[in-house]
Amino acid sequence: MIQVKNLNKSFGEDHVLKDISTNFERGITNLIIGQSGSGKSVFLKCLIGLLIPDSGEVFYEDKQYGKLRPEEQRELRKQMGMVFQGGALFDSMTVEQNVMFPLKMFNPMSSGEMLDRVNEVLERVNLPGVNKKLPADLSGGMQKRVSIARGIVNYPQYLFCDEPNSGLDPRTSSVIDELIQEITKENNITTLINTHDMNSVFEIGEKIVFLRDGTLEWTGDFKSVHHCENEHLNNFVYSSNLFKQARKANLKGL
Amino acid sequence: MWKDIFRKMTKYSVLRSLIVQEVNDLGVRSVGIIVFISLFIGAVVTIQTALNFSNPLIEDSLIGFAARQSIILEFSPTLISIIMAGKVGSYITSSIGTMRVTEQIDALEVMGINSLNYLVFPKIVAMFIYPFLIAISMFVGIVGAYIAGVYGGFLSSDEFFTGLKEDFIPFQMVYAFIKSFVFAMILATVPSYHGYYMKGGALEVGKASTTSFVWTSIVIIVSNYIITQLLLS
Repeated sequence: MIQVKNLNKSFGEDHVLKDISTNFERGITNLIIGQSGSGKSVFLKCLIGLLIPDSGEVFYEDKQYGKLRPEEQRELRKQMGMVFQGGALFDSMTVEQNVMFPLKMFNPMSSGEMLDRVNEVLERVNLPGVNKKLPADLSGGMQKRVSIARGIVNYPQYLFCDEPNSGLDPRTSSVIDELIQEITKENNITTLINTHDMNSVFEIGEKIVFLRDGTLEWTGDFKSVHHCENEHLNNFVYSSNLFKQARKANLKGL
Repeated sequence: MWKDIFRKMTKYSVLRSLIVQEVNDLGVRSVGIIVFISLFIGAVVTIQTALNFSNPLIEDSLIGFAARQSIILEFSPTLISIIMAGKVGSYITSSIGTMRVTEQIDALEVMGINSLNYLVFPKIVAMFIYPFLIAISMFVGIVGAYIAGVYGGFLSSDEFFTGLKEDFIPFQMVYAFIKSFVFAMILATVPSYHGYYMKGGALEVGKASTTSFVWTSIVIIVSNYIITQLLLS
């Protein structure tokens, strides 16, 4: 579990995160949603330690991240997997080398064991047989799946996904969402997904945290979104006519 | 930055392959351009010297002497380093800068890897090969000088070798290699700094490469003055 207490972050005069407190449970998909510029990415970067918050605390189980020594923080980070918005695959390495990278850095496995694990996770993300390809040879969706494979290869306890669906078609987005949810359940890990994809909200939003102008505006799950009276959330979630009509139908019980 | 480069070392087996890769990218792949430039500059230096020695009282062997001094003391260590600031420096800045823009450096950090050590340390170690490249440049420069001087009809082969050996001070070689080593460290670190700490997108990667070249050249030239003042004056 990840607990966040009174998190604040500013860049000069710009107060990006304002006193955010929440927690993210293990074994469910936790979504952070909000408009562009609402502070989602900054929030995620503060959680994983890429940015240092001005004040507030982040707890990984009982460990307070900010109080750990740099070496301890690095040890904790080895338990984290991250799927970046653009994939962040090492473009000079093949798919196999990319996925094997965390194992090579930290795991005392033999080469054969590492290769077996790489093949296992590539199969898990439905990408068998692409080992020797370069990231540039793959489609956007395939790159995201390789990024997920790299994120989970070292048996992480925490999986962070920064807009994993951006730039993907709806079908591929759904596949990615389902994959992340399945991996979360199978491995009982704490998963945080930063997104503004409404399909994700309704499909895998087991816990949803809505940020607006750097404040935590609303917390709930995908079922409660339908009945929520929060004006800002409704304006955000139901900004398209399709979703507005879907909500009306849902409220009428159709 | 220096402290962070050495703080948490990357696993040895990974580091070893990175160093081999960098030796190839930064060193071996620069040999061609270094040989090409050295050969022609050595030749031009000789022709220029010969054409300016119009006094019949000056021995022709001095052409070989002047070529040696120019090549060993300044041309090979300094001019080649400035050219390398353009080739190797731009490569380092743009490759690290692109990794910054595409969040690959963030990915390293999230995995618990000291990204500065992973990216910069192998480059520093690889640049230990740089004085050998300068030695190649010196040799080829002198070959160029010989070809232009002897086959251009400015002096005989014997005169060239007489001049080449005249008043040779071994410490000048030490001075040249000390300079080369310092320039190597500058070439590895200044462009890395500009790439690692850059902000923005693809356009900024290009700007960072240009800025990196300018600053690397400035630091090399100023260091050249300081080292010369300290070691030779």
